[in-house]
Amino acid sequence: MSVLNSKVPEGPIKDKWTNYKDKVNLVNPANKRNLDIIVIGTGLAGGSASATLAEQGYNVKAFCYQDSPRRAHSIAAQGGINASKNYQGDGDSDYRLFYDTVKGGDYRSREANVYRLAEVSGNIIDQCVSQGVPFARDYGGKLDNRSFGGVLVSRTFYAKGQTGQQLLLGAYSAMNRQIARGKIQMFNRHEMLDIVIIDGKARGIIARNLITGELERHSAHAVVIASGGYGNVYYLSTNAMGSNATAAWKAHKRGAFFANPCFTQIHPTCIPRSGDYQSKLTLMSESLRNDGRIWVPKKLEDAKALQQGKLKPTQIPEENRDYYLERRYPAFGNLVPRDVASRAAKERCDAGYGVNATGEAVYLDFASAIQRYGKEQANIHGIDNPSKEKITELGEKVIEEKYGNLFQMYEKIVDENPYKTPMMIYPATHYTMGGLWVDYNLMTTVPGLYCIGEANFSDHGANRLGASALMQGLADGYFVLPNTIGDYLSNEIRTGKIPTDTPEFDAVEKDVKERINFFINNKGTKSVDYFHKKLGKVMWDKVGMSRNEKGLTEAMEEIKAIREEFWKDVKVTGAENELNPELEKAGRVADFLELGELFAKDALDRNESCGGHYREESVVKEGEQKGEALRDDKNYAYVAAWEYTGNPREAKLHKEPLKFEFIELKQRSYK
Amino acid sequence: MGILSSSIARKVAMALSAFFLMFFLLIHVSVNLVSVFSEDAFNTASHFMGTNPLIQYAMQPILLFGVIFHFVLGFVLELKNRNARVVKYYKNNGAANSTWMSRNMIFSGLVILAFIVLHFIDFWFPEVNYKYIAHLPEDPSRYYGELVHKFENPIRVGAYVVAFIFLALHLLHGFQSAFQSMGCNNKYTKYVKSFGKWYALLIPALFIFIALFHYFSH
Amino acid sequence: MNLTLKIWRQKSPEDKGKMVEYKVTDISEHMSFLEMLDVLNEQLVEANEEPVAFDHDCREGICGMCSLYINGEAHGPDRGITTCQLHMRMFNDGDTIYIEPWRAKAFPVIKDLIVDRTALDRIQQAGGFISVNTSGNTQDADAILISKHAADEAMDAATCIGCGACVATCKNSSAMLFVGAKISQYALLPQGQIEASDRVLNMVRQMDLEGFGNCTNTGACEIECPKGISLVNIARMNREFLKASLKG
Repeated sequence: MSVLNSKVPEGPIKDKWTNYKDKVNLVNPANKRNLDIIVIGTGLAGGSASATLAEQGYNVKAFCYQDSPRRAHSIAAQGGINASKNYQGDGDSDYRLFYDTVKGGDYRSREANVYRLAEVSGNIIDQCVSQGVPFARDYGGKLDNRSFGGVLVSRTFYAKGQTGQQLLLGAYSAMNRQIARGKIQMFNRHEMLDIVIIDGKARGIIARNLITGELERHSAHAVVIASGGYGNVYYLSTNAMGSNATAAWKAHKRGAFFANPCFTQIHPTCIPRSGDYQSKLTLMSESLRNDGRIWVPKKLEDAKALQQGKLKPTQIPEENRDYYLERRYPAFGNLVPRDVASRAAKERCDAGYGVNATGEAVYLDFASAIQRYGKEQANIHGIDNPSKEKITELGEKVIEEKYGNLFQMYEKIVDENPYKTPMMIYPATHYTMGGLWVDYNLMTTVPGLYCIGEANFSDHGANRLGASALMQGLADGYFVLPNTIGDYLSNEIRTGKIPTDTPEFDAVEKDVKERINFFINNKGTKSVDYFHKKLGKVMWDKVGMSRNEKGLTEAMEEIKAIREEFWKDVKVTGAENELNPELEKAGRVADFLELGELFAKDALDRNESCGGHYREESVVKEGEQKGEALRDDKNYAYVAAWEYTGNPREAKLHKEPLKFEFIELKQRSYK
Repeated sequence: MGILSSSIARKVAMALSAFFLMFFLLIHVSVNLVSVFSEDAFNTASHFMGTNPLIQYAMQPILLFGVIFHFVLGFVLELKNRNARVVKYYKNNGAANSTWMSRNMIFSGLVILAFIVLHFIDFWFPEVNYKYIAHLPEDPSRYYGELVHKFENPIRVGAYVVAFIFLALHLLHGFQSAFQSMGCNNKYTKYVKSFGKWYALLIPALFIFIALFHYFSH
Repeated sequence: MNLTLKIWRQKSPEDKGKMVEYKVTDISEHMSFLEMLDVLNEQLVEANEEPVAFDHDCREGICGMCSLYINGEAHGPDRGITTCQLHMRMFNDGDTIYIEPWRAKAFPVIKDLIVDRTALDRIQQAGGFISVNTSGNTQDADAILISKHAADEAMDAATCIGCGACVATCKNSSAMLFVGAKISQYALLPQGQIEASDRVLNMVRQMDLEGFGNCTNTGACEIECPKGISLVNIARMNREFLKASLKG
């Protein structure tokens, strides 16, 4: 029997959550006033959880490293949020959303959690609308939906291309209401640097005031980690510059198991890197693939000419273009799932067909969509024999209505007009499905330590579907955690206020202080960014879109070497008792340097290809599917939960077997 | 300041007094314009304005209050607004995003204030002295002569012209700004703006024309 | 390209601060403005000097964390973008670029180019929300019909990212575009009507308490706003305020 107990309630999948709620232990309102909860992070998960827990009566202390809770990176989500409302009457249901999510995740998520997610999804929309989130409406005044990749229904609610922003501002407004009531104490510009465990229970944190540099002790009856994903382990990603894994990693080092770190989503449509100075990659919404056709040149010499800037894409005739997704996947074409599209782009670029100076870009071409829409519009407007210019003009107008803001963003960054010349795109790290292992209550393996949102390993299995991240963050924060946390806290009502002047707090604070002092006093020769970039390169080259045993073994060695060099030679300017961005970065990169190794180890351990994790050793050897990813349900249908033992490479593996009682396991096919 | 304690209330008060003053300007320029066409008509109109009890004892104090109010509040706002930025920018490119008029209402306002002082010395104090202090007998035909007499001095005419140019600048921003402050910004705003431009240029231009007309024709 | 930078350096809130000149060389025109500052900082760390502190996070123009008054304009010379989206191709080789923090009494400098914008949070806390519990026991989302026009307009107001460029740009350091946008979002939606009066009165009171200046309708905020929030929102706030005040 595994040490992992997922605590999934018994009964049919449809009734599990209801039965659970009926029987779960509750804390009476008068006692809630005596219980403190710390929430790390104020994105969709942390923000919504803080607001709801405060509203229930708990005393919440919320922490974020930004200058305001409204700036958490959930704000950058563009596309939308899924919910099984079935407003379109197209056959959607909780079950269908559940099914799509499990299948999209390549059967590596826990059924009961995903069903619960689908079950509460509709309620999220109700909640957000009553908070004043301005979702898009149709002319009848009802909510509008759009469809997203990998599913057959229209269930995505959206607010222009800024759905994440609007949902986050909704959660932020709910927080503000509680801050005004004094139920949430907000700590902006604070970073959690470690967690304090007393008698095996999470009892508090050490946080650094980023303005004064002061270390603060905060105690609570439960600690909730909602600090997002660890995509910045790649240095370049679509994450915010400050996004980091410190809270989750520190929790891991203090006893929380880290699950499936190798499950990372590489998003296919990002703006390519333009040089070594690049600090960040920008996502272009997946919706562009509805109308854009992806191609590279057929001839290697054309590609070379493009790379040297001697040839323009529009000069390459149709017959010399390789629409490789349409060629390889005739059924889904340009709309294959994210992981498939990303790998295909890498394959072409690795073969030398990349189209920009770095050789790491493919074209996303709207010319044929412009022509198609232009002709359609000409018909609608009754223009007979329209000229080519007229068709182009009409077509561009349609494209502008659909994607105007994205095209403008692209033009600002790349300085090329995507109406006239094809866009260049390349995959980039976007989301991490792995994270702290949690049970059905969203509690980690440390009692009293919870983890929600992207930070937990959660509901997306090995691959997340579009518009599901927002859904999960808000589901966890608004509806799941507030119902499950009482089960634990009902045993804490007699604990009373937790003092911070205890040996446990002393010890952890000492650790934190020593580490900070080390950075300040090390006086090495290389900047923090130097190491971060170096780590990122190893991660991208060897633990990126396509992985193999040799590369992963090398990566583990190389990361270890970088880490050792880091601890010898890192240079951090400034002092500890002031605002010091270099010091902040140093702490975060130190954690990434450990996490990266565990990441590679997990990828090495999982010798199968599933979702975002592609092992070159595990592919279909022959037949129509030759070369495609091959999942191995017999050996790997489990959650890999790693226990820290003092060194990332010696982490101990615990397996939570995944049982599929309500969905039949199938191999994905997009041919 | 009681009812004026809120920023928006002060804004609205500025706008309301501005509307009143802009209306007054319209009346003023109309009466003055009569002087260009007919000496008698001007005297009749002036006599009416100067002796009608409603205008003298109700409108005149209100006007006086309106002028003082607009100026005092304008200064208070300016001081408060300056106070909202203690350390100034080393480099500030205001012209990139706003008109000179909108950024310098206090200067155009100060020029107008200086003009009003001059104007009071020229016309209003003698008038008050004539009627209420010296108690001289009313002569319904004296107004035109007094007007013409004032516009004999080229320096005074020049000062008037400069002042009205600043009035135009003040109005160019002030007219549409008053509507915005009152919360009127809708599909009619573009008409308000173009009307405001005409108003801001036309009224001062007429005043200038009248001054120059009398200077050159006598 | 090679550039001369004149940057505001201030060690702490109490420090007086001054403009300091730096040189950067070999700047690519494809770099973003903040990447250019990264290059400078890397250079400073190399020379054992303290790098320039500036706020930034998402670097894709949505979080509202980045600021900077560049050559006399909030978010620099380009339009409809934040500083992180500004690219060096907007500048020429040999240019001198002035980089200053947002200036307003309500935005005190914390360090170098970083200012404290929590005043904006406090205004939101005074009423920038709808008092609905997050229990999920609300009515069905489609039970409230909202005209597409109102929803779109509310969305336009709601796109504000709270960066504070309006305050920085305004010659009066007024925050009315920010406050007007939030009030407008709720004023345009039926859900926001119930608390409309209290909301506008409380938010305006807090705005005044924070020490922001008063709007004189120069329109600079609208031009510099990276999200193109319209002055219409200030007019609507004025209307809402008048309505609420007259109701008593």
